[in-house]
Amino acid sequence: MTAAIAINSLSYAYQTDKSILSIPQWSLGQGERVFLYGDSGSGKTTLLNLLCGILVPTNGSIALFGEALATMTNRQRDTFRAQHIGVVFQQFNLIPYLTVFKNIQLAAYFARASRAQTQQLLSRAQSLIDTLGLPKDVLHKRVNQLSVGQQQRVAIARALINQPKLLLVDEPTSALDVSARDAFMQLLMHMCEAEQTSLIFVSHDAALGEYFERKVDLTQLNEVSAHLAQSTSQQIDSCSEVTS
Amino acid sequence: MNTLLSVAWHSLLSRKKTVLLTFCSLVISIMVLLSVEHIRLQAKESFNRTISGVDLIVGAPSGQLNLLLYSVFRMGSPTNNIEYDSFTMLRDNDLVKWAIPISLGDSHRGFRVMGTNEAYFAHFRFGNKQSLKFANGKPFEHLFEAVIGADVAHSLKYEVGDKIVIAHGIGSTSFTNHDTSPFIVSGILAPTGTPVDKTVHVSLPGIEAIHLSPDMLQAVIDDHALAPQPDNITSVMLGLNSKFATFALQRKINNYPEDRLMAVLPGVALAELWSLMSTVENLLRVIAALVLISSLFGLATMLLASMNERRAEIAVFRVLGAGPVIILMLILLEALILVALSVMTSMALLTLALIGFEGWLAAEFGLFLSHDIFSTDIFMITGMVFVATLVVSIFPGIEAYKNALHTQLYKG
Repeated sequence: MTAAIAINSLSYAYQTDKSILSIPQWSLGQGERVFLYGDSGSGKTTLLNLLCGILVPTNGSIALFGEALATMTNRQRDTFRAQHIGVVFQQFNLIPYLTVFKNIQLAAYFARASRAQTQQLLSRAQSLIDTLGLPKDVLHKRVNQLSVGQQQRVAIARALINQPKLLLVDEPTSALDVSARDAFMQLLMHMCEAEQTSLIFVSHDAALGEYFERKVDLTQLNEVSAHLAQSTSQQIDSCSEVTS
Repeated sequence: MNTLLSVAWHSLLSRKKTVLLTFCSLVISIMVLLSVEHIRLQAKESFNRTISGVDLIVGAPSGQLNLLLYSVFRMGSPTNNIEYDSFTMLRDNDLVKWAIPISLGDSHRGFRVMGTNEAYFAHFRFGNKQSLKFANGKPFEHLFEAVIGADVAHSLKYEVGDKIVIAHGIGSTSFTNHDTSPFIVSGILAPTGTPVDKTVHVSLPGIEAIHLSPDMLQAVIDDHALAPQPDNITSVMLGLNSKFATFALQRKINNYPEDRLMAVLPGVALAELWSLMSTVENLLRVIAALVLISSLFGLATMLLASMNERRAEIAVFRVLGAGPVIILMLILLEALILVALSVMTSMALLTLALIGFEGWLAAEFGLFLSHDIFSTDIFMITGMVFVATLVVSIFPGIEAYKNALHTQLYKG
């Protein structure tokens, strides 16, 4: 079975000589769920941008389900993202002036859903909304009429509508209170299990790690930040030597 | 495409206030543009409708514009007259179907008085070959009878049977006024939307009688048989049996040895006159176009200003799998929707305004504007408005494109 994500000597630099992300080798199996944490500046956002094809690696390669992102045209990458990758952020996941259903429709539209899929869209959206514990009438409400918690759950519904093989989730609970956070996490894990979706869950809240079997510290994985951390600790060490 | 259209529409709705203001500015400027164009076309048409079916106008040699202005538009004064015998010569020519004599030079309370004969009411045509119709009464039969145009009757409140005084000269007051040259209104013409409406028509002997001394005038009033026959008239309008004879007859008239005559083709003279007006016409169009361009810049500014608050929105579109080109198209669609709505609204408002002010325009200015604004020229103008919209909204479009290209999934 091909891996969901296979990263090979990946590096990314905003400016030519200043690399901010460098990962020699990393992979994620299909259906596997991983908790990705790390200090700010460890390159989490950059990695997510690279994974969904919005940024292109400076060196190395990323293959998703056996397909190398670098060999695709921009257009193909956009369509691939629409069809196979679901994304949920901290906030701003939805077009605020459209209804919930229109948002879900838009996701299907950009994924070039077939006619049959489009016809089933409403019933699929309804069952997703049901599973996520949202009231039925929420589908035809405008997004900016919903609470933040509701918006985050709608964001999952939208991310899952095209039955993506990979879900990228970035700090989705930071705007939620503790009880809402736990409910959200349980739902998310349940949905991924049911759909056999590979999941990368990014957060700096270590408490959320208990939901995952595999945890990865990006600060260690990323050679740039690992090196940086090392040199910083060496500096601290040398400073302490001087004072002692 | 439908999906994008609906997204663009809802995006506009979500920014009601700025969109509404931009919409108002677009409606006003497009209305100015369409009004200028419509009035220009209508003016041209009403200009061309002043005379119809006349093959040649004959007068004393001057410019063809001059002859056209005084004999058709009753503007300015004839430089010279032609002999009455020349008129009879023309009337009796085999090529000529009918001839209308015209004698100008007098006024009645600001309206021009024109001497003519019964041929005028029988053969004169205006607009689309329409003949003159009487709203009331009948043509003049006696020496001191007059037929007045619709505007004359309306503004001076004359009715058939009223007595009026016609003075020599063209001012509205005259010291040589005498109650002793009384005319009676025998008929009132139906409105035509041409200078005919502002004319007082009398017989040729009638116009001679005005010029007599008071004593002689009194004698003529006592005995109509003493009325003088005209020696001179101002011009003649000719209708020919065959259009093909027009140029031959024109050449013959221009070379007529007994009198100094000049014949002009009304169509050619009208075209020359209209070309003189084209400067004003173009000036109006340029101003209208500038007004439109400034409002289109307003539209572009509105879209550009919204771009900052739409960064998050654009990022969401990108995540959903929309390429930068889709984002660009979305911005263009928003501009096009707004302009299409403005065009429709301004067309509706203009039509309503034309219907609403129809009576007032006709009564106050003698302007007869059609409410049907849809013509090829108007559609071409509308097409150009859309092209200009696309050109102008490329700027915010490119901004959105760049924004989409460099957007990243970001937090908060």
